[in-house]
Parts: sequence; structure tokens; C-alpha cells
Amino acid sequence: MTVALVGNPNAGKTTLFNALSGLRQRVGNYPGVTVEIHKGIWRCANTEFHLIDLPGAYSMAARSPDEQVAVDLLLGNTAGEAAPDVIIAVVDASHLERHLYLVTQLFELGRPIIIALNMIDVAKQQDIHIDVDRLAQRLGVPVVSTQANKRLGIDALAKAVCGASRIPKPIEFPAPIEQETRALSEYLPKESSVLIRRLLFDIDGQNERQLVQKHGSSFSDRLRDARERLKDHGRLASALEARTRYSWIRQAIEPAVKHPPTPVPTATDRIDRVLTHKVWGTVVFIIIMALVFQSIFTAAIPLMNSIKAGQEWLTTIVRQHLEPGPLTSLLADGVIAGVGSVIVFLPQILILFGFLAILEDCGYMARAAVLMDKVMSKAGLSGRSFIPMLSSVACAVPGIMATRVIEHRRDRLTTILVAPLMSCSARLPVYTLLIAAFLTVGHPWWMPGLTLLAMYMIGFIVAPVVAWSLKRTLLRGPTPIFVMEMPHYQWPNWRSVILRMLDRAKAFLVRAGTVILASMIIVWALLYFPATDENGVSYELQISQMQANDSAQHEIDALNGAWRRQSVLGRVGRWIEPAVEPLGWDWKIGMAALASFPAREVFVGVMGQIYNLGQKEADELTEPLGQAFQSARWNDATDGRPVFTVPVALSLMVFFALCCQCVSTLAVIRRETGSWGWPVFTFVYMTALAYFGALLVYQIGSRMI
Amino acid sequence: MTLDRLKPGCRGRILSMTGDPSLVQRFYELGLMEGLDVEVVAVAPFGDPMQIRSGSLRLSLRKAEAAGIELSISV
Repeated sequence: MTVALVGNPNAGKTTLFNALSGLRQRVGNYPGVTVEIHKGIWRCANTEFHLIDLPGAYSMAARSPDEQVAVDLLLGNTAGEAAPDVIIAVVDASHLERHLYLVTQLFELGRPIIIALNMIDVAKQQDIHIDVDRLAQRLGVPVVSTQANKRLGIDALAKAVCGASRIPKPIEFPAPIEQETRALSEYLPKESSVLIRRLLFDIDGQNERQLVQKHGSSFSDRLRDARERLKDHGRLASALEARTRYSWIRQAIEPAVKHPPTPVPTATDRIDRVLTHKVWGTVVFIIIMALVFQSIFTAAIPLMNSIKAGQEWLTTIVRQHLEPGPLTSLLADGVIAGVGSVIVFLPQILILFGFLAILEDCGYMARAAVLMDKVMSKAGLSGRSFIPMLSSVACAVPGIMATRVIEHRRDRLTTILVAPLMSCSARLPVYTLLIAAFLTVGHPWWMPGLTLLAMYMIGFIVAPVVAWSLKRTLLRGPTPIFVMEMPHYQWPNWRSVILRMLDRAKAFLVRAGTVILASMIIVWALLYFPATDENGVSYELQISQMQANDSAQHEIDALNGAWRRQSVLGRVGRWIEPAVEPLGWDWKIGMAALASFPAREVFVGVMGQIYNLGQKEADELTEPLGQAFQSARWNDATDGRPVFTVPVALSLMVFFALCCQCVSTLAVIRRETGSWGWPVFTFVYMTALAYFGALLVYQIGSRMI
Repeated sequence: MTLDRLKPGCRGRILSMTGDPSLVQRFYELGLMEGLDVEVVAVAPFGDPMQIRSGSLRLSLRKAEAAGIELSISV
């Protein structure tokens, strides 16, 4: 038996879904939509129900493909899926009238409906008393009282669903509407009458767009005339729908619901007086954001270090027990490094999504989005884009995954596309290296700090500019509706929070993980082959022999350097040298920059190898590499001009600031947008921006300094 | 007087709702209707959006959206 869960956002629908299905849930795949539809299995008293959690909606008036998918599912119009056998309508008892609006629309579907009257405790706190049996009788539909967050009422719900058979009677509309519906139905006999009726009410909706596309302009003319005829004193038919439904609802529930004479002030009102206060609200907001941001940065680090340590331990074991050769290297440097580079993101993802789930669940997110709305709308976005952008300053991977909270498709896409510009923590090793080498000695004391700040600011300034341009060109469209309901404050439901964290982690591991692993292996191969020198002797063999003979470390490192420099990547680096010369780079910088396209942090390590410092960690390399840079000369001529000057260092930093050198980010973009086109677009536009930015900085800088 | 011009603490009764048909429809779906009383609760720090209350409904909306709601002010 298939059971669909329908209801307003904030009615507790997803909490109920989680309570019913627990871990037995997965995400359904629907082409053309970015909204996630969770499916689950609910086992109760020897019966198994197939649950489907439809996205929260206020009505069946679909304005976008994402909203339409829910309507199609309910009508059974989706390919390969029958209409649900039973519909559970989740309703917030403290907002009964408004939540029943959607329910009366569901009556027209001709399916049995059970109303889950949720949040009864909240209603009691507001002195609202509901006679559940009387309500069921008045509405003509079974009503079960539930408290999803405490898992109360689940058994009664199961019993009601099993015994559900009664199909509720739809509300009667004034005769003119019924007439017009009939006339249009006769014109389009193949379309469902539910959708036809909605056409009269939903102007410019997704439904209308699809049907007009299918049936042409003669149909759209008929529709327009029908709507004209239905205009009542100049008011639209949607007004008529609202008035008809609400007056029916009011007279139906009146004997069953007792309201207090004056509304009881709620805890939500009291809390909001502080949290939405111009001054205090902003202060609390800054504190919370700082907390979230700081946790991602710091709390994640010990965990990430453990993962890196584990990775190193594993690599050592592999090298100890296996003969040196391509396969061993593939395993150690390709696969283990690749898997490690995927898992290392997990702490950040879990922490960020833990916070997001808590903030969303307790109701604060909506207020935070309101606070930042004005600032974000200057860039053409909305308040909901703030947290994803903020998180991207630590790491774009969880930041982009967090764009789920942005309802509007074009806004979400824009945020995703500019998130990588927000300076992430992987850029820091490069900045640190170059600033330490070139902007400390012989420069004013404030130069290092200022340069670092400038690099961050480049991202913070370019991102909104790009967002604004995208909203004006590629992603142009009508301004979405920002009217938002502020939910009650409530304690977060820990079960839901944990389920959400696990769900996001799994999504990342499965979808992004495979792409990241693949690209790390490719880079490994490009740096490994050709593996033999001019005499056909394997470099690796030579190195392990030298290690066995206790040769001097610098000789081993020199051989390693020679090996990497003649690898495929090294050759490509030399080949593109003419292209990077205008940026002030030589081929070695070009090679390392290329190598760091999958992951920025690779830059320092690869540079270390090219300059014969061996395979070391970034922090070990900063000093020796800095010195090596200072003595580096073009074409290795000892008396030639220096490779690394201040303009070169700056151009390199600017390149890193603007370029998307992170295959994990691209993988996550692919996952969140569902297409390969957007990650490619991101890569291309950012590389172009980075190239021209670096070009500008070098050309202007070298003439000034 | 339109809703976007109201200051926090002020009340009014909705006379009419105009604007983009989808926007007006969303107002109806949320329970806002002609004849209902609304109160402005707060305005965000930079002047936009504003928060209003009507009965148990708490909404936040941009001033551009609120401009379509015409009210008669209660004293």
C-alpha cells in the first residue's frame, strides 16, 4: 500500500515521516526537478506501507516544475508510479483553519484521506481545544491526533490508514465555476478535471504553461475568456477559491474547535521580540553565525587530522608490504589518497548539517533568512543564500550542499555557481607560502595581513558581482515570491537532526566521492608516467635502491624531482608555458598549477617535488620552498632573471583566489544541479576569471613595482 | 494606506490585495484575506523585509510585496 504524506511546510510532516520510516528511507529520482522526494518503508503491526514524503505545500497551485511534481504524483500522472492508495494530510492543530485549505483541495482527488492532527500540545498551550471526533464527523474524514516529535498517535494512525476506505466529498463551488470547468473539460476530455478546475484559479502556473504548450493558443484564449467571465467585482477567481474554501472550513470546524477569547501570547512571540529586534536580533545572529563558522573551521580540524593520520598509516603499511611499482603506487598515492581526500570532508559536512538541521528544526533559520534578506538582495539573491555562502568561506563543498534550503531554483543555482569564489581554507597554504616568501622580509609589518585580507576580499567582492550578473543574464527571470511564514519556535527533534546529517553524508560519499576518487587517480597517473628514465630504468626502483643504500636525502629528492618534471604533467606544463608567461609564470609554476586543479592543497606538495625537496607535507615545505623560490631563475640559468617577484607572487595568489581548483566542489555541483553542464560552466568561467585576473595583476604590477 | 508604509505596532484591516496574480494567490493560500486585521510586528535591520501578524499567522514579506496590500488603519 502506498501512502503519501502531504501538508504545509512546518506542519511536522517530515518529522512524522522520519518517525514512521526511520532509517528505512531513500531519495526518489524524478527527472527535471531539483527538489528531493523521500520515500520510506513504514512497518506497523505486520503491515508494510510504502511512504512518500511530498514537499511541503500550501496548495495544489503549482508554480514551478518542482511544485508540479508533487501534484503529478498525487494524481498518478507520473510515469511508472500509481496514485497513492491513501493520503495522510498532516495538519498543525494550532493553525487548523489555514492548514485545512490544502486538505479541502485534496478532497477533489478521489482518494481516501486521513488527517494527522499534529502538534496538539502546541494548540493546548495556546488554549485551543479541539474535539477530534466531532472534527472528523464535521469534515467527513477520519482524524487522528498525533505528536510526531514524541511519536505519539502512530499506532492509531496505522489503524486508520489500514481501514481507510471512505472517499471524502469535495467542496461545492458556486455554479459559474462548475459550468466553466465542465465546458473546458469537454474541450480537453483527456485532461483530469482536477487540473482543469485548478487552471481557472491558478494564473500563470506550471499547469497552465504545460497545457498551453500542449494545446496551443486556441486553448489559452478559451481559458482567458473563462477567467474573465469568472471575475467577481474585478477580483480574480483565486479570490473566489479562497473565500469558498475558507467559509466552508469555518462553518465545518466551528462546533469542534474552541478558541480563547483573546489570543494567548506565545513563547514564540516573546522570543521573537528579542530575535527579530533590530539590535539584539542582529547581535544574536552574529554570535550564532560565528559559532557555526568557527566550529566548521576548528572542531573539524582534529577529526580531519585523524583521517589524514589514518591515511598516512595505511599508505606506510601498503608500501612496507608491497613491491615498489605502478600498482603499489596506484594503491598508495592514487586510491588511498583519493579515498582519504573524500572522507576528509565528512567532519565538516556532518558538523555543518548538524547545525543547519538544528537551526531549521527549532525555527530560527526563517528569522536568519529575513535578517540577511536585504543585504543578499543587493546581489540578486535572498536571505536564504547567506548561510551557504558563509559556510563556503570554510569549504565550498558543504556550503554548496547547504543550498538545499534555498527554495527558488534560479537563486539556488546562482548561489551554487558563486560559492566557490568565497575563499576557502584550502587556498590558505598557497597564500601562506607566497606571502611568507615574498611579502614579509623587506616589507612593512602590515603587508602580510593586508595581502591575506585582500585575497579574501577579492572573493567576497567578485562573488556578489558575478551573482548579480548571472541574475541579469543567464539566470534572468521574474522575481520569486519571498513571502515566508515564520514557524513556532520548538525544541529540535534529535532523531530528525541525526537522520538529516547521515542523509547528507551518504549523499556526498556516494555521488561526489566517486568523481573525486577518479580524478585523484588520473592526476596520480599524470605525475607517475613515464616511470622510466632515458635508459629505461624505473625511477621508483632507483629511489628505493638509494633508500636501501642510505643515500643522501637531497640526492633522492633530486631524482624524484627529475622524475616528476619529465612526467606527462611536466611535459604539459612546459608545453603551456607560452600561455602562462603573460601571467609571469614559468613552466614549473604552470605544472604545479595544473596539478592542483583537482585540489588546491596539492600545489605546495607538487612545487616541493619539482624543486627537489621530496614528497613532504605543506607545513614542512614552507620555509625551504620559500628559499628555493627566491633563488629560482628563468630557464634555470643561474644568472637569469628571478622567476619569483612580488607581481608574480600576487598574480599566482589572485589566480588561486578566483580559480575553481577543486574537483570535489565540481562533483558536488554536479550532484546538486543534476547536470554536467553547470560544473563545466563553473570551471570555465572561474578559470577565465582567474586567468585574466592574474594577467591583469602581473602586467600592471610589474610595471608599477 | 499600503502595508509597506506601516510602522511596527500599527494595525489595519485589509481592504484589497493587488499585484502579481501568483503573489496574491499566495496571500490567499496563507490565509490573508480582505476584511482581516493585520499588525506590523517588526522591520528587519536594513529596512526590509517586514514581519506582520494576523491571528496566529506570522509572515515576513518584502516591502515590494507588501505594497499591493491596501489597508484601512485602526486608531
